[in-house]
Formats: sequence, C-alpha cells, structure tokens
Amino acid sequence: MSDTANAPLIEVRDLGVRLNTSRGPAQAVRGVSFSLRRGETLGLVGESGCGKSVTALALMGLLPESAVVSGSIRLDGHELVGLSDANYCKLRGNRISMIFQEPMTALNPMHTIGRQVAEPLRRHTNCSAADARREAIALLDRVGLPDAAKRVDAYPHQFSGGQRQRITIAMALACQPDVLIADEPTTALDVTIQGQILDLIADLVAERGMSMILISHDLGVIAENVQRMMVMYGGIVVESGATNTVFTRMGHPYTQGLFRARPRLGARKGTRLQTIAGTVPELADLPSGCTFADRCGIVEDRCRVALPAVVDVGARHGVRCIRTDVSMAETVGAVEHDHA
Amino acid sequence: MTMLERTPPPAEQPLLDVKDLEQRYTLPRESMFKPAAQVHALNGVTAQVMAGRSLGVVGESGSGKSTFARLVMALERPSSGSVSLMGRDLNRLPADELRRARRDFQMVFQDPYGSLDPRQTIARIVAEPLTALGRMDRATLRERVSGVLRQVGLRDADMDKFPHEFSGGQRQRIAIARALITQPKLIVADEPVSALDVSVQAQVLNLMQDLQDQFGLSYILISHDLAVVDYLCDEIAVMYLGRIVEQGSPEDLFAHCAHPYTRALLEAVPRARAGGVRRRGAQRIASQSTGATGCAYASRCPLADQHCRETAPPLRNVGRAHLAACHHAEAVMALPSVAAAG
Repeated sequence: MSDTANAPLIEVRDLGVRLNTSRGPAQAVRGVSFSLRRGETLGLVGESGCGKSVTALALMGLLPESAVVSGSIRLDGHELVGLSDANYCKLRGNRISMIFQEPMTALNPMHTIGRQVAEPLRRHTNCSAADARREAIALLDRVGLPDAAKRVDAYPHQFSGGQRQRITIAMALACQPDVLIADEPTTALDVTIQGQILDLIADLVAERGMSMILISHDLGVIAENVQRMMVMYGGIVVESGATNTVFTRMGHPYTQGLFRARPRLGARKGTRLQTIAGTVPELADLPSGCTFADRCGIVEDRCRVALPAVVDVGARHGVRCIRTDVSMAETVGAVEHDHA
Repeated sequence: MTMLERTPPPAEQPLLDVKDLEQRYTLPRESMFKPAAQVHALNGVTAQVMAGRSLGVVGESGSGKSTFARLVMALERPSSGSVSLMGRDLNRLPADELRRARRDFQMVFQDPYGSLDPRQTIARIVAEPLTALGRMDRATLRERVSGVLRQVGLRDADMDKFPHEFSGGQRQRIAIARALITQPKLIVADEPVSALDVSVQAQVLNLMQDLQDQFGLSYILISHDLAVVDYLCDEIAVMYLGRIVEQGSPEDLFAHCAHPYTRALLEAVPRARAGGVRRRGAQRIASQSTGATGCAYASRCPLADQHCRETAPPLRNVGRAHLAACHHAEAVMALPSVAAAG
C-alpha cells in the first residue's frame, strides 16, 4: 500500500466512446485523459451532451453493449477497458462507486433503505446479514440520517430529497471504494441542502482517502469543491487545470462564455447577459475541427481544419484552442468582484 | 417608485392584488378515529404587482411557491383569501368570464419537454390559447402565430414542425410564444430556465427581459435560483413553509437581508471564482415539522430564542418597502454582507 501512495489510483488515457444513436454512430467522447491519486478530486463541467456523464459511465462499465470504448482506463494498474461484465461486477460498488443525480430513481422503491445500503456489503464481502445490517445503520448514521437505527426499515418514499441523497451516498460508500464518481449529486436538491451534501461528500473523501470525480453543470459547485477541473464540450476536454488556475484566468472561449452567461447575484439591473450564440449541438452534428467552432466568437477558417491540440498556457493549465493569444488577451475569471 | 406598499394603499390600482391567500390540502386519513391531517401549503400570502413590474418568488421545495403560482393562475380555488387581476376577483368570476379573463394572464412551465404536446405542430400549440378564447379564421390565426414566433426569435418555417425537432431552449421559446399570443398583461413563469443549459438559460432570460421592455408585461417568476430572480425582477418575495418571510427590492434583499433564512439561501449559493474549496460549516439538519406557535423557521435559525419559539413574528417594515418576518431583523441586517463574507 505504502509504495502505491504516490502512483495514480486511476489513470485514463485517450478514452474514446462511440455510441449508436438514433442518427447513426456518434463519437460521444474523444481523447479524454487524466489521472487521480488517492485523495485527489477532479471536476467535470459542461452542458448536456458534452460527454461528461458518458465518461463517468465508461469508468463504471455501465455503457450500453453497443458502445465502443477505446483507449485505456487503469485502476491501480489493472486495465478496465475490455474487462468482462462478471469481473466489472466485482469492482462496481466495491472499488468504484457512483452517486447519481436523481436519488428517487437511484433507489428501489420496493426495498427498505437498510436492505439497499447493505446490498453491496452482502454482495462484495462475506459478511452475515446481521453484520451487514449493523454496518448499514452505522453508514446511515455517518451520512447524517437522523434516527438511523429506527429508520433503517423504512422505504425511500418516506424520506425527503436530501435524505434520499444521503442514503444513496451511504450505498456508494458501503464497501469503502477507492474511487467515487458523483454525477450531478445535488442538481435535484435545494440550494441549502446542496451545501450539506457537498460538505458531507468532501468530509468522506478526506476521511477515507478516496479519489473523487465530481460532475456538474454548475461552475460554482466545481469552483468550491474540487482541486482540479476539466471543461468538456462536444465530447472533448477543451480546458483543464487546477481549479484555482482556471478560475483565475480562463483560456477557452467556451469556458469564458459559460462563465459570462451565468446570471450573477448583485449584477446591475438592466444589464444583458452575454450569451453563447446557438445551441448545444447534437453529437451527430458536431462541426469538423474544433467542436466549438460554430458557436465561437473568435473562430477562424483554420479552426475548422483539424481538432486543435492542447496548448499549455502555464502551470499545467491546458487549453484546446489555437487562438489563446486572442482569447486570453483579456482576462476572464479572476477573483470575482461582482458581489454587492 | 415602489411596487409594493401596504400602507397607505398606492393610488394606482395594482395589476395583480393577492390578499391573505391560504391554501390547505387534506392528506389521506391515517386513522378511522382522527380527522384527516392537513397541509398548510400557503399561510396568508399578500402581494401586489403593478403593471410592467415583476415579482420574483424564491424558496426551497415545499415553501409554497408553486402553489402560489397555481392560485394566481386560478387553476385552483384558495381555501381563503382573494386573487384580483385588474380589480376583478378571479375566484368570483363565472366560469365563462374567467375563461375570457385568461387572455390577460398566461403561464410558462418549467419543463419544456413535458409542457408541449409531442403530437401537435408548433402552429397548433402556439395558437391554442387563442382558439380556446373563440373561433378565429385560419389565415388570421397563422398570421398571429407567425408574428409571435418571430418575437421570440423563431421562424415562420418552424410553424409546421413538431416539438421533438427543437432543442430545450427553443422549446422554452415556443412555450413563451404560446403565453404571449393572447397579449397578456401578466405571465407567471414557474422555473422557466432551470431545465435549460447555462448558455441557453441566458438567451431565454434576455428574451424575457426584451419582451417585458417591448410590451410592458408583468412577470411573476418562481425560481429557486436567486441570481435568476435578481436579474429579472423589481421585487422579490422569499417564501418559507407557506409564508412570505422577507420581501423587498433585490438591492435591499441581497445587500441588507433582514431574515436569517434569506441569509442562509444567499450563503448557500456556490460562487464561481478562484479561492478554493469553501466549507459551509455545520448546518443543522432541516426539520420540516411546523410548530403550532412561534416562528416556523425557529428550528433552523441560529438566532432563535424563547421569544421566537413562542410568538410568530409578523411581516413588518424594516426599511422603505422592505418587509421581514423576524424578531431579530435589525440584528440580521447589521451583520456583514453575505457576499463580502463569502
């Protein structure tokens, strides 16, 4: 264990996913690479269809059978791409766990929460039903469910949205996974509950030395909860780096556009929001060359020729744009002074 | 001018006048021997909207903001209280008059996928509020539809398409066109952008702003997102468990909030900026049970004392056109601004 402390726990190289959509095969994810050591946190941010959830499902081995995965995903040095379903089942919920967006659909309404939290334990460890139940109560208690011992036999509908999300977190943590993937874990929750859940996840990640991948469409959630981030658009990573570095000086026109398009508290009334022209394209309609070309304000003909390479703009801050000289001439991001 | 003043009543007649609105829903009986329990979804809400102004309603799920929207739209009858639009009490109008009055107030729903019939063309969907008001010949109808589609940034060619051919943002434009076609005075929008991507959200919010400037519309904007109501509204009401706990202009509310709940909402908004991981500190777990007496927020409030638990605070003036229902409002207002602290 000690010699692996510095080696990456999970290493993704040139991940590609080809999906069969109703409009023919589409490249949902292209060339995604990252690695995470124990205790590190990574954020994936982007809009619908950018490939962030497909990336997560690829890591979990949960893509549809027709999907074609290329590249490499290594967990502790073991290759996961091409792993048989039976072998993946041994990992899922055991070494890699996932928290989903909708706690109501992620829980089975017909089973008690105690049974659902204990299920990974029963499946992956040879602990007795009584031990699993005891452990489930301890887990539910740890995630802050009030009266866990009394409510372990209750059903999901008897809980509020925030409590249900706490229960799915308990399920994901049951076997002490190494990697936790949280896919929009707070999008369905109220903003005050969102803070509690994100704090809980952060505590648990630190306490158990897990690696976490947090997926969100919300730049604020990413800014406050992860060390490093990747911005995805049209299946590729357009910008990546340490969260602080990226937010201090955003490099890609898409990241900048996302940042400017958010309505902000305390912004002067009557000011218009700066929009990104057009809409998020379907995967099948992606332009050639840079995927953002059709919506970009500083697009040139050469942007459409080939997918731009990643430019390192300093401090391991990568931007996939050939016009960073223009896009980064004016600083977007920095410490926000827009509040009242 | 302020849009909302309780005393003295404004000289100008408000477009919408909501008085002491209450709504109770009866839960299924749990015991043969006890009366069925009731949920107080709305507990005496009073609000006014002047023509051309907008009211934002924020709060968590269960705060009663959507119930408020349904009652303003006269989709339900309130348990007590009144909703008057241009001086007419909607709940006292005979059914056929109410139907005709509906041309003046229309609604935009949250989910642009669920709120458009997938089997109807855009022309039919958008024309429906007009056809519901009475017969109209096809040529005029198509002309009106084409006009309103252009106003929301769609094209004539889109008329004969079906909803599935449009993206989420375009569908929300269609829903707005449908609300606009009767030339309403008031549009009630329940979370109109929360299902949309960030880049598309901004387009729809700008559109709503433009339409207001162009037609002098009033909006009631229901949202959980403080920044969205801040962008579009002149007045904001913060709701908690069926009551308005604070009301005022966005400037007052965000710079000098007077209710601890508003403060908690503001503090919870994640900030997109460099500065690293922010911990929000321990927050007590919310208990939704309502005590019969005292402040409904007392169980979550860091400032709650015995007085709060015994006496419910009335909604009172804490500044010019700034109302708050808190015994400690002055203490909350004296705290450093949330934005500066965050």
